[in-house]
Amino acid sequence: MKKTNFFDIHQKLGAKIIDFAGYQMPVMYLSMIEEHKTVRHSVGVFDVSHMGEVFVRGERALDFVQHITINDASKLTDGRVQYSAMCYPEGGIVDDLLVYKIADDEFMLVINASNIEKDFYWMKDNNQFGVDLVNESDEFSLLAVQGPFAKDTIQKICDKNLDLEYYYFFNAKVAGVDMIVSRTGYTGELGYELYFKGDQKIAEKVWNAIFEAGESYGIKPIGLGARDTLRLEMGYCLYGNDIDQNTNPLEAGLGWITKLKKEEFIGRDAILKVKENGLNRKLTAMISDQKAFPRPGYEISASGKVIGKITSGTVSPILEKPIALGYVDKDYSDEGSKVNFVIRGKEIPAEVVKLPFVKK
Amino acid sequence: MNVPEKLKYTTDHEWVKVEGNVGTIGITEYAQGELGDIVFVDIPEDLSEITSGESFGTIEAVKTVSDMYAPVTGKVVEINSSLADEPQKINSDPYGEGWIVKVEINDLSALDELLSPEAYKELIGQ
Repeated sequence: MKKTNFFDIHQKLGAKIIDFAGYQMPVMYLSMIEEHKTVRHSVGVFDVSHMGEVFVRGERALDFVQHITINDASKLTDGRVQYSAMCYPEGGIVDDLLVYKIADDEFMLVINASNIEKDFYWMKDNNQFGVDLVNESDEFSLLAVQGPFAKDTIQKICDKNLDLEYYYFFNAKVAGVDMIVSRTGYTGELGYELYFKGDQKIAEKVWNAIFEAGESYGIKPIGLGARDTLRLEMGYCLYGNDIDQNTNPLEAGLGWITKLKKEEFIGRDAILKVKENGLNRKLTAMISDQKAFPRPGYEISASGKVIGKITSGTVSPILEKPIALGYVDKDYSDEGSKVNFVIRGKEIPAEVVKLPFVKK
Repeated sequence: MNVPEKLKYTTDHEWVKVEGNVGTIGITEYAQGELGDIVFVDIPEDLSEITSGESFGTIEAVKTVSDMYAPVTGKVVEINSSLADEPQKINSDPYGEGWIVKVEINDLSALDELLSPEAYKELIGQ
């Protein structure tokens, strides 16, 4: 089991540690609900160093990225980030990822921890472009600093003016350490993700500087549990739950990143066919007023029959109601549609709503 | 980790406190810590009897749902109704205000089957 450079800190803080994607990661420190609210109302720090970073370098770097991802990376200028996905020829999803354009001949792809090996093989297998692919996942620490006071916190210890637009990045020094500062996140809040190299001493120096800078805003460490409830309130997909090799991006609601006008990419033909034939099911957001909580794998029913399955479900700490994502038969997936969560044999009334669950 | 001396325990992390023939049942401090923030306790409204080893309800935490297993067999005499509005009492006071159900125990000798505090401590690695 791998540890990040912050493991000793997590332990000292009394975090509950779980095995996640081959890493020992903090799932919560004291209370998921408190941590969740800290990010919505103040500022919180996530250790997400388990995420993977693959660098694509070479003259044909853009051609490679265009071939392997479904969004249009040619639209990126240096210093921009794009949410995208990689698909199989059959249209299923290999992984969702962030594409960072560093230069015409250099991109950074940020992938899910649980998929690092699979993705890296997939990239190497599909490299007809002679690009260099380097998996630097083990070298990078990654902290996500998220919440309304994230900017005020990081600005105090950053050597550059932090007026980054959403989905832009630059290189800067934070706490005196060189890093990629990216205005991205998985929470729906103002926030930054900080990618940097170095040993445990450097990592702890950065962590401590951030906590000192954020002290007056009530900054707190946030575990993976709250990371999941925060992303679910926004309706962001989680690979392995809401998307995987058996779901295509159109039914997953990722049509907005699927650029079928792009001449060629892996999976394009299959996804075009899906579009022509129409969708049978859609990833759908549902909410209930009852005190019963939908969990992944539970069935969804309507008109006395099973019409879908939950892929993510929890209690929303902000709305204090059960919320869920799940694949639902297209006849029942329109906003306002009445469905039921089937929870331990009981039908719990729920309604299809528009995302995000929590409006910003 | 608090494992009170006067209670008996199950391998599923419930505790029972016996006064006369009435047993008060809850989940242990270790269990609430593993579950995290508890948001709902689901006990059938018409629960009249519980049977040793069988599920008598579920506890919903933010991340997970868990069955509660009866440590003893008996007639239900009281359900902690305050948990409907304040399920988090199980987190803050698992052996006190966070109790879950009280039963009249059928057979007090069945208590011998349960874990002593020492055995339970060993189970949770203390």
